[in-house]
Parts: sequence; C-alpha cells; structure tokens
Amino acid sequence: MAEPLLEVRDLKVSFRTEDGIVRAVDGISFTLDEGEVLGIVGESGSGKSVTMMTVMRLITDPNVIYQGSIIYKGRDLMGLSRDAMREVRGEEIAMIFQDPMTSLNPVYTVGWQIEEQLNEHNDLKKGQARRRAMELLAQVGIPKPEQRIDDYPHQFSGGMRQRVMIALALSCNPDLLIADEPTTALDVTIQAQILELIKNLKREFGSAVVLITHDLGVVADVADRILVMYAGRIVEEGNKEQIFYDPQHPYTWGLLGSIARLDRPRARRLTAIAGQPPSLINRPQGCSFRTRCPQAFDRCRAEDPQLTAKVGDGHLDACHLSVEDKRERRDKTINPELAETA
Amino acid sequence: MASPSGPLLQAEHVIKYFPIKRGIVIQREVARVHAVDDVSLEVQRGETLGLVGESGCGKSTLGRSFVRLFPLTGGRIFFDGQDISTLSRRGMRPLRRELQIIFQDPYASLNPRKRVGQIVGAPLAIHGIGDRRERKRQVQELLEKVGLSPEHYNRYPHEFSGGQRQRIGVARALALRPKLVIADEPVSALDVSIQAQVINLLADLQEDFELTYVFIAHDLGVVRHVSDRIAVMYLGKIVELSPAEELYERPIMPYTEALLSAVPIPDPRESAARERIVLEGDVPSPINPPSGCRFHPRCRYATEVCTQLEPPLVDYGNGHLAACHHPLNVDKETLARATVDQRRTPAKADESAKPTQPAQQAR
Ligand SMILES: Nc1ncnc2c1ncn2[C@@H]1O[C@H](COP(=O)(O)OP(=O)(O)O)[C@@H](O)[C@H]1O
Ligand SMILES: Nc1ncnc2c1ncn2[C@@H]1O[C@H](COP(=O)(O)OP(=O)(O)O)[C@@H](O)[C@H]1O
Ligand code: SF4
Ligand code: SF4
Ligand SMILES: [Mg+2]
Ligand SMILES: [Mg+2]
Repeated sequence: MAEPLLEVRDLKVSFRTEDGIVRAVDGISFTLDEGEVLGIVGESGSGKSVTMMTVMRLITDPNVIYQGSIIYKGRDLMGLSRDAMREVRGEEIAMIFQDPMTSLNPVYTVGWQIEEQLNEHNDLKKGQARRRAMELLAQVGIPKPEQRIDDYPHQFSGGMRQRVMIALALSCNPDLLIADEPTTALDVTIQAQILELIKNLKREFGSAVVLITHDLGVVADVADRILVMYAGRIVEEGNKEQIFYDPQHPYTWGLLGSIARLDRPRARRLTAIAGQPPSLINRPQGCSFRTRCPQAFDRCRAEDPQLTAKVGDGHLDACHLSVEDKRERRDKTINPELAETA
Repeated sequence: MASPSGPLLQAEHVIKYFPIKRGIVIQREVARVHAVDDVSLEVQRGETLGLVGESGCGKSTLGRSFVRLFPLTGGRIFFDGQDISTLSRRGMRPLRRELQIIFQDPYASLNPRKRVGQIVGAPLAIHGIGDRRERKRQVQELLEKVGLSPEHYNRYPHEFSGGQRQRIGVARALALRPKLVIADEPVSALDVSIQAQVINLLADLQEDFELTYVFIAHDLGVVRHVSDRIAVMYLGKIVELSPAEELYERPIMPYTEALLSAVPIPDPRESAARERIVLEGDVPSPINPPSGCRFHPRCRYATEVCTQLEPPLVDYGNGHLAACHHPLNVDKETLARATVDQRRTPAKADESAKPTQPAQQAR
C-alpha cells in the first residue's frame, strides 16, 4: 500500500488555563490518503478545529502543550522550523474557515491578494499572476471575474467571499485542503454550491480534502471516510457506507437522529442528544459520553472504551456495547417512530 | 372586530420598504429596499406557519411587521380581529404581551451584564406583573419549563452554551404568556444536535402554552419538520403557500423545488442518486428587484413572459397556492380547475395571467 499523505499519531493538545488543563485533543490517530475526502464530524467543542489547526501549526496560544506526531509526506511537521512550516502552508496545505474574513484582508482587492500569494511562491512574469488569479476566480464560480478581480472583500456576499477564500487557498495548488465549517454560516442553497465546488476540486485538482462540520448531512455526499469526534477523541471511524448504514456508536446515532430529514416521513420528535458535552478539564471517568448516553450501563462508568474494529475493515468505534446489542437498539434510538411501525 | 374563530393574525398587502438616504445636511431618499412587497397571508390559531427563503428575502422584516416593530409602508395587519397596522407605540403596548419574538443569535440577543433572572423577568417587571417574590417564582418555573434549572437564576449569559442561551431567549419570550411567537431562525446558529433539542422544546411548549408560531428558517428540512403550513418567500414576495407535507411532495414553484433540493440528505446513496438543482449566484438586490417574476434570472424554466409579467398567486386547491407562469407538478386538469386568488395576489401582478401550460423541460 502507498504511504498516506498525512498521518496523525497519538496527537494530544492541551491548554493551560486558570481553571486547569483543558484537554482539547486527547490522543487521536488517523491517516489521510492522496486525493481522499475525509469528513470530521462532531458538536462544537469536540476538538475538530484544534486538531486541524495543530496540523497547520496555526495555534498561537502560548499556553498550548503538544504531544504526538504529524507526518506529512514522510516528514514530521511538529519538528519543522517556522520558515519551513510557512513554506508547507504556502505550497502544500491550505486551510479555509467558517468566516472568510479571517483569511482575507479588507484593505486590498481580492485580485491583489491572490496575486501576492502566487508571486510569493512562484516565479511569475508580470501579467501572468493576474491572468492566473482571474482563472482561479472563474474556477470557483465567480461570475464576471474580469470585473470582480478589482473588488474588495466587503463587496462580495457571504457565499461569494467563501469562494474567493477557496480561490486564494487553491492559488498554491495544495495537495491538501482543510475546510473548517466552510458552509456553517451560509444558506442551504449557497452551502450546496460550495459543496459542489469542493467535490469538483477533488475531481479536477486531485487534492485531498478534510471537511470539518457539525452536521453529518453535509458530508454524506462529499466525504469518502468519516471521523466522528467527541470530547477530544475519535469515537467512531469508517467509510461513508459504514458510518451511514451501519453506525456503531450511540453518539453517531444521536447525531443522525438529530437531523430533520427530508427523505423520511416526518417524525413527531427528533431524537436529539440530551445535555451538553462534558468539561474537558475534568473528564468524566469511564466513557466520556456516558453522561448523555441513553444506553450507558455499569461498565461505562468504570472503564474507558478503546477505539477498536469490531464489525468491519477500517470501521472502528469506542463503545462497550456488544455488536448484537447495538444492532438491536440502534434503529430505536435513531428513529423510534420508524422502528415502531416496522 | 374580535372574532375568536378567525385567523389569529391576518396580513393584507403588507409592504415594508427601507429608504436609502444620502446627503449630509438634507437627507434625500435615493433608493428603497423592497424588503416586503405586498404580502397577504393568515396565521391560524394554534398552527405553526413556516416561513422559508434565502437570506435577504425579507423573512425577518415580515416577521417584525407582524408584531409591528416598525411602521408599515403599506397594507394592514389584523391581530385577533383588531387592526394593528396604524397603532402607535402606546397603542401597541397592551398587545406586546401577546406578540413575542425569539431571535436567531443567542449571543447578541441577551444583555451580557444582566443576570438570567433579570433577563427573563424583565417583561414581567415592565408590565408590572406580580411583586418581586412572585416574579422570581414565575421566572424559576419558566426556567424549568425550558429545560434549565431554577438555580440558573443568578447566573450571567456568558456562563451558558449557545443552546442554553437560546433556551433563556425562549423563556423570556414566554414570560408574558403570549398568543403568537415569531421564532426568527431560532436554531440556525446551533449545532444540529442542539437544534433538535430546541425544536423538541418548542413543540412541547406549543402544547403546554397553546402557542401559535411563525417559524422562520432558510432550511426546508427544519421548516418541514416543525410546520403545519409553509410560506416560501423570495425577494419580498410570497411565491408559494402550502400544507407542509404537500409542499415537500409536490412543489409547484421552481424556487421551492430548488430549496428542497439544496437540503443535504444524510444518506450517501440517495444523495448521489437525486437530481441536485444548484441555484446559481445569490439573491439579487431588493433595491432594484428583477422585473416580472423576481426569480427569473435564476430560474431554469424561465421564458419570455417571466421577464415581463409578475405571475398572480394561483390557488391549486387544498390551500396550496403558487405564483408561477410555468407551474411544476400539476397536470392539465388541475391547471384547468385552478383559480387566481384575487385577494392575496399582489396589486402589481397581472391577475389575468393565470398559467396555461405546465412547466416545460428545464433548460
Ligand atoms: N486557546 C485555547 N485555550 C483554552 N481552551 C481552548 C483553546 N482553544 C480551544 N480550546 C478548547 O478546546 C476545545 C476544542 O475546541 P475546538 O477544536 O475549537 O472545537 P470544535 O472545532 O470541534 O468546535 C473546546 O472546549 C475549546 O473551548
Ligand atoms: N433596517 C433596515 N434598513 C435597511 N434595509 C434593511 C433593514 N432591515 C432589512 N433590510 C434589508 O431588507 C432585505 C430583507 O431583509 P430581511 O428581512 O432581514 O431578510 P431575511 O430575514 O429573509 O434574511 C435585505 O436586503 C436587508 O438588507
Ligand atoms: S461505552 Fe457506554 S456510555 Fe459510552 S457510548 Fe457505549 S454504551 Fe454509551
Ligand atoms: S417559470 Fe417563470 S414564473 Fe415560474 S418561477 Fe421560473 S421565472 Fe418565475
Ligand atoms: Mg471548530
Ligand atoms: Mg432574517
């Protein structure tokens, strides 16, 4: 088998705070192949952004503590100098965010910003950069790029600004694009446009993509493989078919049951997940999800479940329930009304 | 006239334009935002009316018009049979108890310097209900009803998560036992798992307090789940109005079809199999809305007539109305039976332009 593009090994990221140590990412490992689209799904605060910001080495908080390794194309990014890391960010890996204004500078035209980025990492003749910038804007679906290239970020709508940010990210021709909740603040119609664009990226540029979201629905169409995160850990991992048609972890069931689905008869109630994620300073003993898990039993309090494969190749989950128990309870949990009538 | 059997709220040709002014000494109106442009609809007692459309379509402005947060540019609004369209601020005061809004942003809508008890209790204090002791009791009871704890009375908003803050906002809206609650994107800013909690909570409270909701959102998945009827809005107009299930089974106006197709489906095979209509571009500016049918620049069925005539609202039976020259999902017979809804059709639309042909192949 070919070497993965990215391999994260036992990554731990904590922050020293007045209240104690926040274990934001608590020992996670995963790989990403070239050209693969990986979805990372979980509620706010589950450690999705911190994980990928750490990969990008973009965490600036001086109170951060790291452990583990991040191997990109055979090199450990944790050991790179700042300059070397800047080069990786300019030429290899790009990241886009929920709020495009974190990447765009309000005082320069979007064309200027893309050209600047192109010139920094390439040896381009005058005029070439501008032409390339225009091409990129066209590729991300901005109408009339020859006019819009001289506009400032505030002259674009939210969805169009997100496209500009993607054009900027693509200007370095990245092998890996990390998209952190790129559609969370957008209308569903604009979200559909951006997801279509991300799918095309994979097809046309062959870049690998990490797509972070709190909504499993968003990754159903675009992702090849999915990590489900809870309280700083991966609680389930599998390919798209495994996660959607044979989900193993009660947290994944809760995320699925929470969606108001257009493709199903209308449920009287949504399943929802009761309560809040736990404190990352004083993690509960045993399974971190047990305070909200309708399935919890004695063992869940005593013992921390490990992420292991039980049902299929590459399909891992961290839950004490037996495979049989899960099969029996799953449908009732995700959609009690459908299960009743079946 | 008070008519407890009629609709709880009735809007007749409601118009709200926002002036755009220029000039330093003398402000001159240079243009107008056509935020709500001749909308007529009813909200029935005890129902949830969903209001759906992309950002900038005028949903919030319509919701705020319903509770008269500002003067209207035109049209009339009846609440419980009473014409409230021209009531002064003072005249509105007694009605404030019955009409409440829940806002989208659980961070911006709560005063960070006030304690939860003060926030939720403020409407009671303003309306002089009960003494302090009694108000505290009522607030604590409300906190429990919305799934918080009475001990939260003395805490500050920043100590709560987004979902919990939204619960505080809900408690505040219910403090005066309103009849009508406008929920303006109450879950759009929340995680899906927390959205589900808040949606379930709103459903429980509707039963407990016998509430009528206008539920605003841009996501038809959520709107279909909560609504009895749905009104689809585009650039200040109601373009389709229908019972919730029917809208989803049989959208007539192409904009509705596109909105439905944009909702992600958490099923990879079905998601891959379904036809996705990706709407191009953004909603055009409501300062100079497109001529004819306002959706025509983005519509894949548009023809010449769409650019020239504003389509009337046509009643296809079963309370299903749509404004489109080339309706989808209707056969010849249904079309022949359909009639123009004279009362709800905007004044500028062409009442004689009832569609004669179902939609042709999409271009
Ligand atoms: N600089 C920081 N200092 C302290 N805690 C932090 C810091 N950055 C993130 N956290 C905490 O780490 C956890 C994970 O955050 P994050 O990765 O942003 O979650 P997600 O992206 O899944 O919403 C959260 O509880 C967050 O409050
Ligand atoms: N107070 C205001 N002044 C000027 N324009 C406004 C004001 N409120 C809303 N608008 C404009 O009216 C249009 C409709 O806005 P809104 O009702 O908020 O739409 P929605 O809630 O559907 O996103 C938008 O173009 C918006 O910019
Ligand atoms: S280990 Fe126990 S508490 Fe944790 S998810 Fe499984 S059943 Fe629930
Ligand atoms: S077919 Fe014509 S009238 Fe109907 S939505 Fe499209 S543009 Fe509007
Ligand atoms: Mg995040
Ligand atoms: Mg709004």
